Amino acid sequence: MLGRVAHGIFWMYRYLERAENTARLLAAGQRMALTRGDEMADQEWKSILTTLGLRNAYEEHYDEYDSAQVCDFVLRSKHNPESVLSMVERARTNARACRSAITAEVWEAVNEGWMTLRDLLARPVRNSNLNMSLGAIRRESTLARGASHGSMLRNETYCFARLGTFLERADNTARILDVKYYLLLPSLSYVGTPLDTGQWDNVLRSLSAERAYRWLNAGRMDARSIADFLILDERFPRSLVFCYSAMRGNLAELAKLHGSEGTCHAQMRDADLRLNGKTVEDIFDQGLHQFLLEFIAGNQALAGAIAEDYRFVS
Amino acid sequence: MTASDPDKFDEMHMPDGSVREAYTGYNEWLEQQDEGWMRRKAFEAESFFRKTGITFNVYGEDDAEERLIPFDMVPRIVTGAEWRRLSKGIEQRVRALNAFMHDLYHRQEIIRSGRLPERLFRDNAAWLPQMVGFTPPGGVYTHIVGIDLVRTGPDEFMVLEDNARTPSGVSYMLENRETMMAMFPELFSKVKVCDVSDYPRKLAKSLAACAPEGAPDKPSIAVLTPGIYNSAYYEHAFLADQMGAELVEGSDLRVVDSKVHMRTTVGFRPVDVIYRRVDDDFLDPLTFNPDSVLGVPGIMDVYRSGNVTIANAPGTGVADDKAIYSFMPEIVEFYTGEKPLLPNVETFRCADHDALKYVLDNLSELVVKEVHGSGGYGMLIGPTASKKEIADFRKKLEAKPENYIAQPTLSLSTCPIFTKKGLAPRHVDLRPFVLCSPDGVTITPGGLTRVALKKGSLVVNSSQGGGTKDSWVLDD
Repeated sequence: MLGRVAHGIFWMYRYLERAENTARLLAAGQRMALTRGDEMADQEWKSILTTLGLRNAYEEHYDEYDSAQVCDFVLRSKHNPESVLSMVERARTNARACRSAITAEVWEAVNEGWMTLRDLLARPVRNSNLNMSLGAIRRESTLARGASHGSMLRNETYCFARLGTFLERADNTARILDVKYYLLLPSLSYVGTPLDTGQWDNVLRSLSAERAYRWLNAGRMDARSIADFLILDERFPRSLVFCYSAMRGNLAELAKLHGSEGTCHAQMRDADLRLNGKTVEDIFDQGLHQFLLEFIAGNQALAGAIAEDYRFVS
Repeated sequence: MTASDPDKFDEMHMPDGSVREAYTGYNEWLEQQDEGWMRRKAFEAESFFRKTGITFNVYGEDDAEERLIPFDMVPRIVTGAEWRRLSKGIEQRVRALNAFMHDLYHRQEIIRSGRLPERLFRDNAAWLPQMVGFTPPGGVYTHIVGIDLVRTGPDEFMVLEDNARTPSGVSYMLENRETMMAMFPELFSKVKVCDVSDYPRKLAKSLAACAPEGAPDKPSIAVLTPGIYNSAYYEHAFLADQMGAELVEGSDLRVVDSKVHMRTTVGFRPVDVIYRRVDDDFLDPLTFNPDSVLGVPGIMDVYRSGNVTIANAPGTGVADDKAIYSFMPEIVEFYTGEKPLLPNVETFRCADHDALKYVLDNLSELVVKEVHGSGGYGMLIGPTASKKEIADFRKKLEAKPENYIAQPTLSLSTCPIFTKKGLAPRHVDLRPFVLCSPDGVTITPGGLTRVALKKGSLVVNSSQGGGTKDSWVLDD
């Protein structure tokens, strides 16, 4: 396949994944804002904007952290080139540019998703409609993923689609954890005070992990078991280990199809060394923040190596 | 019953309101349908096109918004017998066009014989000196041709225009049919219509047959598009997808070791046949427009050494010129030795002194076109033009008469469209799509029917508010 098309497909799935993750993060933030005092709500919106890398951009335009304002900025503001709306537009543009590499079902899912969300986000989203709109974003992304799963050949194109999805997803999980790491780490100031389980619950919610976590941990809410779950649980589809296992499989498939490995395969092996066989104790000994920083940097480097190895640009 | 205007030829209805043979089957079905249901179907069609993304961008509009070409649900129907006659005429014309291109770029017998004035191609911007003395692989110049036909009576079909350069619209031929079959499946079990859906397969086969010498048995075919902002991008992606060919942009291609290659995930891989939807000017910045980023530097050298097929061949635009068009009857006769089976529309060449005088005296009756124009731009439609428009056009015509031809305002045939108030006649034309390869000429039974949606309008171009219809050739 063409390098340009591999590039387009990889990013199309990254955008779709990112749009969905952003919607999930906003939904969790909204819930937090509704159940906590104003001060906690401000904190929550700040950390969400930080997680999305939008805090500076937001503060250039606004002084206050009103829920509706933050959501509008993240979802559709013209001042925000990384808005969900522009992500969905870019995913659709990429799908159009790679039209002959995807099936009609995938194209129609992405195109109709764009039409739906474009109309939905044409005007400011009111608080009363927020949940419905966020649900629609997740649904459209889910439809595109489902159409891909059900209709695409398991070939090179599919490998790049999956790599984009899981690379983006791993990045998202790592960022959410990192922004909250100071809350998860039992520090001196927390000793003896009841830990804010609401904060943790929110981390889980922003990764659609609350139900799975409850099932596995029956009532326990502590930093280590949450970090353990989100980083190391092989069953949870948004954990770092799960994402990397999927990426390892797709990279191996590419090596098999092409009969050769590239820099990205070597980097994948390095990443495996950092993740596999680790216990959550190892990670906390190293320092969670340090571990996540290295993970995020390694993830970005891997994206760069994939782009280079597979000639995404001339 | 819907009576038609007795001065115009309506393809469905006779002046007394009875239905012509071609439309009998359709009419029987239509009379059984509920009007409200049909109206809802019209909305359904639009949403189908939106979802599939069958859109186009209008040149020169600021926002690159994608628009739909309006689709009308009443099919345009010709009988099998009518089609067989048309096909013969089309095949003859396309063979002549290819022979003409070859001659123009080689010995120029037609000019030596005095049948065609030399200035016609010397002044022609589409003429490419780089093509002189070169024969494209398989000897084919116009791999894909669209012949625009108009009709004025039961047996009066004539050619309005030849599109030998890069005819577009074939995706509408295919998608309009898909839409009709999805909306009215029972209609197709009642009326037998010739299938058009294997056009992409025929196109792939025809292009493969034109591969350069030394290409593998299954040559690698790519569709070269200017990109997603081009007005016909949908069609480029559609054809690549349907043929199983790569859809490439100029930046994907590179000349390596005297061959054209595409940048794949595993390195550069050779391309044997390029179905390009990029104009000649932009094909090769080293040879033509140096600012072009749409083309491939050095591709013309590869082409001239016989290592790649470019379809259609560069320089075929000469035949789209309207002054050349006016000589098509002579051209057909010169190369085939036969009388043309399909007539031209009567055409006055304003370069000729007498013709110019006649045209200037009768501007309000005539249609005047620029010889290099296309898409319905830069033309005067005398009967509907204002006095000022005519006066302005007169100045242009007097300043550069050789730049124009004129034609009588034809009484184009009409075909009904579906309106809120029921069926109403509108003017139509027809563009069948023709494939040429060393294996022969293939004409798909059908084509693109364009329809002027405004009452009385003669302009069918999509860029100027025209719509399309599904075009049926009856399998009778």
